[in-house]
Amino acid sequence: MPAPTYLDHAATTPMRAQAIAAMLPFFDERFANPSGSHRFARDARRAVDEARDRVAAALGVLPGEVVFTGCGTESDNAAIVGALANGGTAVCTAAEHHAVLHVVEHLDGRLVGVDGWGRVDLDDLAAALGPDVAIVSVMAVNNEVGTINDLAAVSRLVRERAPLALLHTDAVQAACWLDLRAITPLVDLMSLSAHKFGGPKGVGVLTVRDGARLAPLIMGGGQERERRSGTHNVAGIVALAEALCITDADRDRENERLGALRDRLVDGITSQLDGVLETVPRELKIAGSAHVCFSGVESEALLYLLDEAEVCASAASSCASGAMEQSHVLTAMGVDAEWAQGALRMSLGHTSSRADIDRAVDVLVDAVTTLRRAQVRRRGVGST
Amino acid sequence: MKVMLAMSGGVDSSVAGARLLEAGHTVVGVTMRLWGGESDTGCCSVADVDDARRVAQQLDIDHVVFNFGDDFNEHVVAPYVSAHVTGRTPNPCIECNRHVKFARLAERADVLGFDAVATGHHARIGRTADGRYTLERGIDRAKDQSYVVHMLGQHDLATTMFPIGEITKDEVRRIAAGLGLRTAAKPDSQDVCFVTSTGGREEFLGRRIPFRRADVVDTSGRPVGTIDALELVTVGQRRRLGLPGGGPKRYVVGVDHAAAIVTIGSAADLVDPGLHVTDVTWVDAPHDGAVLVQCSAHGTPQPATIVPAGNGIDVTWNEPQRRVAPGQSVVFYDSSDQAVYGGGLAG
Repeated sequence: MPAPTYLDHAATTPMRAQAIAAMLPFFDERFANPSGSHRFARDARRAVDEARDRVAAALGVLPGEVVFTGCGTESDNAAIVGALANGGTAVCTAAEHHAVLHVVEHLDGRLVGVDGWGRVDLDDLAAALGPDVAIVSVMAVNNEVGTINDLAAVSRLVRERAPLALLHTDAVQAACWLDLRAITPLVDLMSLSAHKFGGPKGVGVLTVRDGARLAPLIMGGGQERERRSGTHNVAGIVALAEALCITDADRDRENERLGALRDRLVDGITSQLDGVLETVPRELKIAGSAHVCFSGVESEALLYLLDEAEVCASAASSCASGAMEQSHVLTAMGVDAEWAQGALRMSLGHTSSRADIDRAVDVLVDAVTTLRRAQVRRRGVGST
Repeated sequence: MKVMLAMSGGVDSSVAGARLLEAGHTVVGVTMRLWGGESDTGCCSVADVDDARRVAQQLDIDHVVFNFGDDFNEHVVAPYVSAHVTGRTPNPCIECNRHVKFARLAERADVLGFDAVATGHHARIGRTADGRYTLERGIDRAKDQSYVVHMLGQHDLATTMFPIGEITKDEVRRIAAGLGLRTAAKPDSQDVCFVTSTGGREEFLGRRIPFRRADVVDTSGRPVGTIDALELVTVGQRRRLGLPGGGPKRYVVGVDHAAAIVTIGSAADLVDPGLHVTDVTWVDAPHDGAVLVQCSAHGTPQPATIVPAGNGIDVTWNEPQRRVAPGQSVVFYDSSDQAVYGGGLAG
């Protein structure tokens, strides 16, 4: 029996072995709180400082521009709430992750539409910008459908139309696929989450461009230059840096390898099944994302059969109870509800193999066929 | 058999799971996510999903959550609201069973290759000598829920299981405690799951529909007062009519929604020789003749005779009975008060 096939790397990806190894000493002999003044503290402090240097190099920012946080959601919240400390309006796209969207909605901000592929509508964005805007948040890569936004165009527009605004990007889904050094010069603030690129859960990054005025979300002992209080998660920070460096070094090769596997996956499905919509053209997406919609199939039922056959994927984002919610991303993209209810997100990552993909195609074709046959059978029952 | 167990997060469905496993079935627990709004009781809160999941972990069965919120809204919440607008009594639990639990969930189970859906209802399914299914009261008469599952027909019953129908609630709690299930002492759910205990029905409806002021008249048509919310008035109601205290007890004996008039009268004015029942479903073949009729979830069944009439069934009570509010579910039992024949809605 082969191991279960994991195609949900966008939810979380297994930790890199080197990142696990890097963090272990900090649970043991290097246990100290870096905010102390003795030798134990200095040792931990050095680990955090060195991690910060490595992260800064991988992101193309200054070490002082790296703020370690508790997760990607915290980074997003800190960016938006912090930028609004002195008033102003928040703007984001309607396809943002809930960590941005719900914050902007809660603060009565403005939502900007996206096109049929999930890219920010630049005309709509231009109309939403103005002197009252304090923060604009546009995701680098969409977490559901994998679409890449043109942040250069967004940046030009924001600088022109809302010169006082800070520009934030949620790059949580970009880290494995895009050179983050090309993104940081375009924005003031960027969120990352370690567990999406082979680090542990419970640690993230917010880059804050030198000079950007951002009030802290979490106050206390004044760690991270007063920008994020709370005792450093030393083990997590060290592992984050290790995972980010490996990801950065492997990125080109992995893009090529996993892009080919993704193509094999999607081509395998579309060549064997009718009624499949490839939600976004591949040239607009990151290499590890496969998002398809099946006609005549319900995502929840499909995911159940896939899970039963040990293929792990997802549909839209899950709510706290674990139930599938209708995707706000597909709604924003204007995807027909009939298609949207049969949505499936398969996301590849560093452990994905060709055997995984071939098995996933076989299982998926079987599952979709089973569900469609069952629907036909039930319609037959209903009509007699 | 491969059984999909509907787990509400309560003790009954928890023990139902334990009994299915003991009987050798393969069980997968499912919690339906039905209501996204405020809730503090019933089966929809995140806390209840947590309980269901933790019990599934204790039983070592898989647990999944299905989102049937759209179906619930369409078939349960929207009709609940519109029933109040038109002056009919809604049956949310029964409509949920009819359209969601034993329809949408059962269909999902079938499509996914399950042989049956099990729930924690206190009711029993039997077989006759010629292979027909019967629907009977649960062993624990005080906890019997056959009334709320009366709409199940032969096709439904063939793929439905009620694993705790054969035991009492005390035994359910004893088994749960014995297995160390975290739901062992959890109180029974009460009331409508999507209406909070703090805000109640009035707040829930007040956010969704305008309330109309209505005149209150006596049986001779003489005005005796007004009330603020016609939509909250039910036939048989005695309190909250804004009438001065003292004197004989007065009840709502009629509600004319079109004219916005509430008629009050004495207990004697509230008595009918019978009623008409529409939207009737049968467990097996249609039945007529002597039956026992139950008109609320824990009401006392009363003897009556039923005959087909027009689009439904005419019920004639052996002794006149208090008026049944229009829209209320009316369920027919056999004369031994065990087996359900069928049921429908008071006209």
